[in-house]
Amino acid sequence: MTTLVFLEHHDGELQKGSLGVLAKAVSLGGGDVAGVVLGRGAAEAAAQAGDVKVYACDDPALAAPLPQPRVDALAALVGQTGADTVLFAASVLAADVAAGLAARLDAGLNWDVTDLAVEDGELVAKRPALGDTVLVDVGWTGAPRLALVRSGTFDAPEASGTADVEPFTVQFEDFSTLAELVGHDQEASAGPSIEEADVIVAGGRGLGAPEGFKLCEELAQALGGAVGATRAVVDAGWYPYATQVGQTGKSVSPKLYIACGISGAIQHKVGMQGSGTIVAINKDPNAPIFDFADLGVVGDLHQIVPKLTELVRARRG
Amino acid sequence: MKIAVCVKQVPDATAHKRIDPATRRLDRSGEGTLNATDVNAVEEALRLKEARGDGEVVVVSLGPPKAMESLRKALAMGADRAVLVADEGAAGSDLVATSYALAKALEREGADLVLFGQQSSDSDGAVLWAAVADRLRRPVVSQVAQLTVEDGRVTGKRQTEFGYDLIVAPLPAVIAVSDAINEPRYPSLKGIMGAKKKPADEVSLDELGVEPGRVGEAGSRTTVLALGPPPSRGDTVKLEDDGTAAEKIVDFLAERRLL
Ligand SMILES: Cc1cc2nc3c(=O)[nH]c(=O)nc-3n(C[C@H](O)[C@H](O)[C@H](O)COP(=O)(O)OP(=O)(O)OC[C@H]3O[C@@H](n4cnc5c(N)ncnc54)[C@H](O)[C@@H]3O)c2cc1C
Ligand SMILES: Nc1ncnc2c1ncn2[C@@H]1O[C@H](COP(=O)(O)O)[C@@H](O)[C@H]1O
Repeated sequence: MTTLVFLEHHDGELQKGSLGVLAKAVSLGGGDVAGVVLGRGAAEAAAQAGDVKVYACDDPALAAPLPQPRVDALAALVGQTGADTVLFAASVLAADVAAGLAARLDAGLNWDVTDLAVEDGELVAKRPALGDTVLVDVGWTGAPRLALVRSGTFDAPEASGTADVEPFTVQFEDFSTLAELVGHDQEASAGPSIEEADVIVAGGRGLGAPEGFKLCEELAQALGGAVGATRAVVDAGWYPYATQVGQTGKSVSPKLYIACGISGAIQHKVGMQGSGTIVAINKDPNAPIFDFADLGVVGDLHQIVPKLTELVRARRG
Repeated sequence: MKIAVCVKQVPDATAHKRIDPATRRLDRSGEGTLNATDVNAVEEALRLKEARGDGEVVVVSLGPPKAMESLRKALAMGADRAVLVADEGAAGSDLVATSYALAKALEREGADLVLFGQQSSDSDGAVLWAAVADRLRRPVVSQVAQLTVEDGRVTGKRQTEFGYDLIVAPLPAVIAVSDAINEPRYPSLKGIMGAKKKPADEVSLDELGVEPGRVGEAGSRTTVLALGPPPSRGDTVKLEDDGTAAEKIVDFLAERRLL
């Protein structure tokens, strides 16, 4: 098995999720494992990967975090190295790179992978499917085999040693460099950080309107907690990005997480499933969040949350 | 401007979803519905067309013949035409196979803009657009929460793990939208009646020039080896609000010493 692991970096730092997948790949044994770092400062970032081989390319076409030139780079590298396995830690960028590469190489891609193993010499992945209601063993027919590992699956160990960095060059396809990054907005966090809070009252699209967040704020205040949000409401401009919980937001593990009008999509779940106790209020009895809440209340949050706030206030004095 | 919207019929949210142990495929025999986030993509296409005052919106799908019922919903919303690649040979297609067949259907349409939804609720992939864009050799922008089309260029604002990016690409392009991009309209009664008269074509793989070996299980590169038990999960206490839910939540929190 010859494995390449796509190592994503941001502001010069390799992402923990990528390093976790790299460590997992090494632990599978029985073959060569190398990392791949692409973009501005690739060689410097690659050096943080620890004691492994890392291919690096910092061609200006790879400067912006856009997927298509990265498909060209990985396709070239698979050709050069004869790699039969390419692994990715899930991210907005990595998902598009992996799927583009799958089409380019006519290679199988399994996503949402939560474990990898070698059984009888064959790579096998586990993935929860159908809203995490069933766990399936998935495999590949033919090579290369591509996998996207679910966020937060494998822990990254402390990297030790220095990587053996090998530069490489890429010929880009004409269509790969047509998309252009013209702006980036970090949106500085304001207000109490949700990462430190013991209690989070989170709101989703079920709040109905931006003003609906008042209900969450009042309950959070009564409980001495912070307010969180889903991507749907952050994308819609109802609440700031700094409060977003999930794959592209923050990962939180408060003692208590109260989800109000949140369906419980997997990308939200991966950011809050480590919470001590999860209470969900949702009017749809089939909402996926009821599959992983400790207490699930089927009902209208506009009726329930104000009453709850009053009762908590009365109790806490 | 011609806009193609890729949509999928998925099992209805109220249906119990299951994988058929014999075929190891999703059991699609029950009630189907238009994938929720694809409705956002149809809505966005209609708004773009309405803002320009001209153009065509065609919905394109790969699925069983009965998926046409769901495509009719898009027609009732205002889409002009539906194309369903319905072919027994395509059943069981994975990402590489689906993207191949869909790209063939899209090539035939030659749209200026191809829109995708955020994710299909039965596959949870959120990846198909990138594979299709590579096959069509067109630029792609995903997770777009705000979209503008001007002077032959699309601009998309989208969220990543590191904040918001603004990305520009020339047409023709492939765009996948976020479920927050708009609030989709409901089909009007007039729209529902009108949808029955709109062109809705079933095409075969043969008509698209798709070789049988490239779709279905033969064209797929991933396989389901075994179905395991569901991932372990805690016991959910579930209750229906009868007017006393707030009290019950307080009792529950008190019991767990969370107040
Ligand atoms: C690559 C990628 C990354 C993503 N990253 C994230 C992320 O970091 N965080 C995140 O949250 N999402 C993320 N998402 C989006 C995610 O898939 C969902 O679209 C999103 O979480 C849905 O948000 P929501 O629950 O607020 O909205 P919806 O899914 O629309 O759910 C709203 C819920 O409110 C309920 N409701 C409506 N009215 C009421 C009422 N009156 N009372 C009670 N309940 C009511 C409804 O029944 C429904 O279940 C990502 C998606 C992708 C593809
Ligand atoms: N069979 C299909 N036919 C047409 N479009 C599809 C199909 N499956 C998925 N899509 C589109 O691709 C998007 C992402 O799907 P997925 O990658 O399966 O989550 C969906 O929101 C649809 O817009």
